Amino acid sequence: MNLKNFTKGLWTDLPVLRVLLGFCPTLAVTNKAANGLTMGLATTFVLLFSSSLISIFRRWIPSRIRIPIFIVVIASFVTIVDYTLAAYYREMHKVLGIYVPLIVVNCLILGRVEAFASKRPLGDSILDALGMGIGFTLVLVVLGSIRELFGFGTIFSHQILAKPYEPMVIMIVPPGALLSLGLLLGLMNLVSRRLEERR
Amino acid sequence: MKEIFFVFFTAAVLNNFVLTNFLGICPFLGVSRKKGPALAMSGAVIFVMFIASIFTWMIYYFLLKRYGLEFLKIPAFILVIGTLVQLIETFMRRFAERMYDVFGIYLPLITTNCAILGVTLININREFTFHNSLVYSLGAGVGFGIAMIIMAGIREQLEYVDLPKALEGVPIALLIAGILSMAFQGFAGTVTLLK
Repeated sequence: MNLKNFTKGLWTDLPVLRVLLGFCPTLAVTNKAANGLTMGLATTFVLLFSSSLISIFRRWIPSRIRIPIFIVVIASFVTIVDYTLAAYYREMHKVLGIYVPLIVVNCLILGRVEAFASKRPLGDSILDALGMGIGFTLVLVVLGSIRELFGFGTIFSHQILAKPYEPMVIMIVPPGALLSLGLLLGLMNLVSRRLEERR
Repeated sequence: MKEIFFVFFTAAVLNNFVLTNFLGICPFLGVSRKKGPALAMSGAVIFVMFIASIFTWMIYYFLLKRYGLEFLKIPAFILVIGTLVQLIETFMRRFAERMYDVFGIYLPLITTNCAILGVTLININREFTFHNSLVYSLGAGVGFGIAMIIMAGIREQLEYVDLPKALEGVPIALLIAGILSMAFQGFAGTVTLLK
């Protein structure tokens, strides 16, 4: 087991911002930090369990039909998440709506399963899935916090910007998602280039 | 008739699939550098969306719902879409070679395109009748096409612009999409006018 498999998901291969995968949920459910967190954790759960299962059975999965098998495994765990949310967190399930079943087609998950878990032992796959999942969750929470802060004046429903501040509705409607993710991505490019130059 | 137009207009413009619902963002950012490929991708998406809607609607109501298997919806739909894309690809290669030359390379990408799975799930979630689901899927595909073509037109011009290095590529595409999305928000009031 190599701890690098875990840490790479948090910076060098940070999902969305450095490896450009998983845009749909990132844009769709980040109007509040809590929504982003739920989506991030749901995705991490699916990624963790699909990676582990596929890593365990990697020797017995025929390589010609591996993609359909991966998709069925992922879809099963997504169904578990979907029904669990619907049973215990009805409000959140309603807010996230169709984007919970759409975790199936999040290219981040299929990408990690195909590129990593189907070739590596269980321990490494678990570390990789956890790192990527937590990295993805972090990005969603950061973007969600930025949008919630400017759009509602709150973060995780705690008041930060009080009365004289006028909330910007643009941040919580779809254009705000695209604009803030675009700027965040630009900022990320700037920072990582600066860091590389220094090295 | 009015209802059909309303469903179509909602899917294509009002709640534009790409710019408001964020479905199909990957091909929207990936294949929108030039108008030709953007047009071909849109054609392929409209085609697959329409056929996938027909099949998933029938499978859900005649098979899953009848036997109480609704919980298999997600795996069943994604498998149906994957199989359909394979079939369409094989058929096209055999019987419509010219079409295959244009759409062919985009077909495999469509399996994991969230717009397709999205439209089939929305058809079920909103309990659309069969013909409404067809109109909705067609509208969603056309909406995807509209967004794609506008975006490709803008990005072709963007080649000649001096951009800050950090914004080149995907970041500037997202910013432009944001401004487009803002423009599409302007249609928000038209529903009441239509009714």
